[in-house]
Amino acid sequence: MFSRAYRAAITVPPLLWVAVFLLLPYAILFCYSFWSVSPAQEIVHSWTLDNYRQLLRVNVYWQTLFRSTWIAARVMMFSLFLGYPLAYFLSFHAKRKELLYQLVIIPLWVSYLVRAYAWKTILGSDGVLNTLLQYVHLTRHPLDFLLYSPFAVVLTLTHIYTPFAFLPIYAALEHIPRNLVEASHDLGASPFQTFWRVIFPLSIPGVLAGATFAFVLSLGDFLAPLLLGGPSGIMISNIVVSLFGAAYNWPLGAAISFCMLALVLGLLFLSESLEKKWSFR
Amino acid sequence: MSRERTVPTTRWLPWHAIVVFGFLYLPIVTLIVYSFNGSGVGGFPPRDLTLNWYRLLFADEAIWTSVLNSLLVAFAAMAISLAFGIPAALALDRANFPGKALFRRLVLLPLILPGIITGLSLLMLFREADVKLSLLTIVLGHGTALISVATTEVFAGLQKLDRAQEEASLDLGANYWQTFWRVTLPNLRLSIIGAALLIFTLSMDEIAVSFFLIGRDNTLPLEIWGRLRRGITPEINAISSIIFIFSLAAIVTWYRLRSGAEGKADPVL
Amino acid sequence: MWPLAGRRRYKMHKNNVGTISEPATTGAAPSSTAPLLEIRNLAKAFGKTAVLRDISLQVAEGEFLTILGESGSGKTTLLRMIAGFESASSGEILMGGERLDNLPPYRRRVNTVFQHYALFPHLTVAENVGYGLKIARVPKQEVATRVEQALDMVKMAAYAASKPAKISGGQQQRIALARALVNRPRLLLLDEPLSALDANLRRQMQLELKSLQREVGISFVFVTHDQEEAMVMSDRIALLRMGELEQVASPREIYNRPATAYTAQFIGHTNLLSGEVKDGVARCQSLSWRTGLRDGPGLFSLRPENISLAPSTGSGSKVRFRGTILRQAFHGATELLQVQCADGLVLSIRTASQENWNGDVELEFSPADAVPVRASEIRQPHERT
Repeated sequence: MFSRAYRAAITVPPLLWVAVFLLLPYAILFCYSFWSVSPAQEIVHSWTLDNYRQLLRVNVYWQTLFRSTWIAARVMMFSLFLGYPLAYFLSFHAKRKELLYQLVIIPLWVSYLVRAYAWKTILGSDGVLNTLLQYVHLTRHPLDFLLYSPFAVVLTLTHIYTPFAFLPIYAALEHIPRNLVEASHDLGASPFQTFWRVIFPLSIPGVLAGATFAFVLSLGDFLAPLLLGGPSGIMISNIVVSLFGAAYNWPLGAAISFCMLALVLGLLFLSESLEKKWSFR
Repeated sequence: MSRERTVPTTRWLPWHAIVVFGFLYLPIVTLIVYSFNGSGVGGFPPRDLTLNWYRLLFADEAIWTSVLNSLLVAFAAMAISLAFGIPAALALDRANFPGKALFRRLVLLPLILPGIITGLSLLMLFREADVKLSLLTIVLGHGTALISVATTEVFAGLQKLDRAQEEASLDLGANYWQTFWRVTLPNLRLSIIGAALLIFTLSMDEIAVSFFLIGRDNTLPLEIWGRLRRGITPEINAISSIIFIFSLAAIVTWYRLRSGAEGKADPVL
Repeated sequence: MWPLAGRRRYKMHKNNVGTISEPATTGAAPSSTAPLLEIRNLAKAFGKTAVLRDISLQVAEGEFLTILGESGSGKTTLLRMIAGFESASSGEILMGGERLDNLPPYRRRVNTVFQHYALFPHLTVAENVGYGLKIARVPKQEVATRVEQALDMVKMAAYAASKPAKISGGQQQRIALARALVNRPRLLLLDEPLSALDANLRRQMQLELKSLQREVGISFVFVTHDQEEAMVMSDRIALLRMGELEQVASPREIYNRPATAYTAQFIGHTNLLSGEVKDGVARCQSLSWRTGLRDGPGLFSLRPENISLAPSTGSGSKVRFRGTILRQAFHGATELLQVQCADGLVLSIRTASQENWNGDVELEFSPADAVPVRASEIRQPHERT
């Protein structure tokens, strides 16, 4: 239906941009991971597998990766626990759905930094929470573990990514035809049975999408650990950041980044195929 | 005719919702409240209501320079994202070309990838191309990351477009370009404005990608970040509260635009 | 066509639905045994809008009752209230003498066939049909057997392992039917189940549903806006208009002796003659005949097929008149003529087709065919009474 000139005009510019600023950088990232850095702090363009060998050998990378994965997994679980019932409530029970929906997405677009910073002020030993607890005499000394710990990172990231988990779950729930719920009741199923046998199975693609968002974005996060993580809360991305900063080993950093990229792409692919399997359109 | 709810309410659900909303808004409310707190950040209960911190803020030159930088970057990023995102949406909706599936995934990838990967890969590109880091590199970074937002919004708008209108235009003698300018684009107006608003807000708040592409000049989030490393001052509460108000206004406007166009809003992601 | 192989398993009650002797606007059940379902003074309002007003109706065991009405008449709301998806603003519903309307839908021995089938997309056809049985914790073996029988009954056994997305609309409708019937409900509700089918399939399904109901013996309450459909399938029709029952009677009764002008016009075609009764004579413009009605204003429904060409010799007790043909419409076996009489009265006549028509014709009808009907007041749709 459309002329060739039109089709060229709408496909070529975006393709070019994407090729130059997305594909090419990933390719360069890949290349970097095989290079090395000279003692004089210069990038040497010689090809070697040393960086990957180092990754496999040195413990701290594995430990940090596992810790990051565990943190990301916890964020994912808490986001789902918080987000799913909220989405269900909004979709099936709430009277002012639109307003409440807006209320959920507003924090999403408020600066990440602002929200992480806010938690920092709340959780610190002189922070709001500690002074409140002492004020009502629930504790006598400030609680240490609140800040500069994995706890703080998980808490903050859950706060950030719960709306991310909420959105696809809500979309999936909204798509369920209400007459299916009525049919289930008509056939004798109680509201709980209806939820378990009809509503939940049909919402699984949304749950998968939300879980993937929360997990992947948490895994690659470096800001919350820097602000709130302390030494015990360091995540894999922080190692990468320091390799591009003070520790100055870009190739090694690139190798870790590439592994992260591969891992994330793998997870996305897995999530997508699972979503397809559970979609019944 | 309205339909009643056919599912009787499970009693704990509303409470759960209240708890979650509380959790989501607690930090923001605390932030705003303490921006008026005389004795600074922390301590309970807040006392000494004062506008001191706001006064300090307005006298702070570095902050306002960074705000200006952020605005420049945001407008430029908006232009780039729309200039490439709108054609991308059209291409995905209408054209068939080799590599379309790959293209779709690539365009949407920055939405789901952690910012560090987008930022680092671009950093290495600029390094290899010998481009110095500056506001320009930040603009390129934001533009790239936010094309996906433009594409998603405009694509959704295209789905709602009545194809018959374009066919009628062609039938009446207009060619493809004329049809595009006279029929397609006006119908997409709301989607484009909504996308622009969203991109602007996201760019103003962006830190993960900017972190790696920063040169001499700071954007607002990076300026705040720098101060955070040095120590907390309630001035940051003040600027954060202002940021919140603006973001709130932007997003509510965006939402109104969106639901005005359709009557019922679809979730964005 | 479905096999009528005499499967007695699904028979609940073999019951003859009797005929009623007079036109009724009360929904009293026709047979002498206790009614299965009783609706008493049911009313429903959504906010300020009154959708149903003071409905009283009974459904007998084993009868096929159709609730007929235009859109906005409240027929779907009434059905949903029996199913349990809407609650009553006032009034009650009883089944077998016990209150039904205070039970949630999953505790009523009532099942529904939904307008758009509402099959579960994530379950196979067999799992869909067996859903209610599984909920009721029927043993697995029995579930499998009953599902198989139900699928056989609707001739869909070959599709047991398919997903609903893969089968056609007509097939989905059969599955929805099987899914409801397999639970042996005391009452089956059908919410315009044929409206999404094309005309031919629709006609076929009408007959099949009717036979199925006879076979299974369960009471069916069927909702439709199509009056032909109602006439073909029902034992009784309940005509609903703007939230009130206009008439409840068998198809023949409702056609031959409509109670109101609305009924006469909604079901089939009719001529409405308005005039006056005085001293035992009904007079409508140039037409007059003897009647036993009391003096007063009179409104009569006269079906076009009851007016015929008058023979050249006398008509006896029939009313005879002359008219000029204005228009004719050829309908195959019959033609519909529009005839203008002496004083401008225009009537529709249905008669056997004929090659040529004279401009002037002599027509006659029997006074018994001029059925007195009540006037139907103009009702505003959304008034709160």
